[in-house]
Amino acid sequence: MEGNIIRIDVEKLMLTVNGKVNLAFNTQFNTGDLVALFGPSGAGKTTLLRILAGLVNPDRGVIKMGNTIWFDSDKKINIAPQSRNISLMFQDYALFPNMTVEGNIEYAQPEKDNTAVEELLSVFGLSEFRKRKPNALSGGQRQRVALARAIARKPQLLLLDEPLSALDIDMRVQLQNEILKAHQLSGATTIMVSHDLNEVFRLATQVICIEYGSVNRKGKPEEVFSDNNISGKVQITGQIVRISKQDTVNIVTVITGNNKIIKVIAFDNDIENLNIGDTVLVFSKAFNPIITRLKPG
Amino acid sequence: MDTSFLQTLWVTLKLAVATTAILIVIGLPVAYWLTYSRFRIKPLIEALVSMPMVLPPSVIGYYMLVIYSPRNWFGGWLAETFDVRLAFTFEGVLIASVIFSLPFMVQPLHNGLRLLPDSFREASITLGKSKTVTFFRVLIPNIKTSIITAVALTFAHTIGEFGVVLMVGGNMPGITRVASIAIYDEVQALNFAAANRYALILFIMSFILLATIYSVNKKQEAWKVI
Repeated sequence: MEGNIIRIDVEKLMLTVNGKVNLAFNTQFNTGDLVALFGPSGAGKTTLLRILAGLVNPDRGVIKMGNTIWFDSDKKINIAPQSRNISLMFQDYALFPNMTVEGNIEYAQPEKDNTAVEELLSVFGLSEFRKRKPNALSGGQRQRVALARAIARKPQLLLLDEPLSALDIDMRVQLQNEILKAHQLSGATTIMVSHDLNEVFRLATQVICIEYGSVNRKGKPEEVFSDNNISGKVQITGQIVRISKQDTVNIVTVITGNNKIIKVIAFDNDIENLNIGDTVLVFSKAFNPIITRLKPG
Repeated sequence: MDTSFLQTLWVTLKLAVATTAILIVIGLPVAYWLTYSRFRIKPLIEALVSMPMVLPPSVIGYYMLVIYSPRNWFGGWLAETFDVRLAFTFEGVLIASVIFSLPFMVQPLHNGLRLLPDSFREASITLGKSKTVTFFRVLIPNIKTSIITAVALTFAHTIGEFGVVLMVGGNMPGITRVASIAIYDEVQALNFAAANRYALILFIMSFILLATIYSVNKKQEAWKVI
């Protein structure tokens, strides 16, 4: 079974905006999973991706990809990033401005393969932009080029650093499909940094929550983000933006992932542990929800 | 046009072209090292590379003469092994000129590399490419303006050299006599017409080179690139 398991047990002292944080990360998951690393900024998510890519060396620990050791501080093994068979998609995409769309994809190929380039261009809807330079593309198009390039490398491990953070909300929903496509097409294990709950629910098979450098919860998204005793029919996640008192009750205003505002009535004891900025789950048991399609397609 | 005039221009041009050509080969790896190395004594090396910008040319010229002298280690070794003496030769001037113009090549290249997002280099490496492939296919093509700036600046600076050439090369017509020295010479001899010709040519060349630098960098403010 070991051949199908990715094991990570690393420690690294990081300097963050919140001061020194010891990243101590110990987990494992199956190959083929789409894992989301979820948590606040400065928690160590990006550092962890960079450690997996070999761009940052952990202070100690082991990284094992199936039966291959990528890093082992005791045995002094540290495989160079070039030999790790990964693709890291950067937050700023890092497309090379001197190369065309096609050129960027070709560059990533271990061996030149024109048919594969054609395929990637057409799967990601980039055929008509093939001769364009990255500066002449929109944000969504760049993201697609970055994904296509990442897959062209044929990685075992696909690392995505906040792949959708640079895009607006409508675009995000559309491009979530592209990420799924990339994950399925590459057959790789995908690890994605995200702080968008919507994205995590939609895409991830596993979610690992990191806070102050260590894992505090992990599992399937629906297990991690809701208490098991909630059997609500409607569950919406969002962030508290305002808590105001009205007569004997409080009105809690929550903004959801797609920028909708929900007002929830809460009693004093309900809001004891709630603060502005908290990510919360709004659920309802009493009503029968009705579903309707918003947009065609 | 008399022969000595053309000869002087030829020596000037030869020196500038050779200096620039040698410096681009040396400058790119030096700039790469300065940008990406985490070596502890890097600030000392950076200071050393930039020294010619602040030192009087006569100081560099003096040290070059000391190094070239057959009475000292390097000069002695050259004289004994190859029967070569560098003082007051074109090659001697060329070596001094390479050292003297080093910062004018390295600084713009170093700046160009520093301003590139680090993710370019890291993306290329994580895509499995070696540092050399990354350097030639990703880094160099994306600092083209810096390369043009560095080349033009080095060329212009070499043409404008006076002190170092005078100290190391003397003023030997056809060998080490360059335009900037010829101007001084002609003025001393009250030969203003000849001085004027040299001066005008240097003025126009420098103007064209600087105009090139500013126009390739028009997107960014040129002083940031230099």
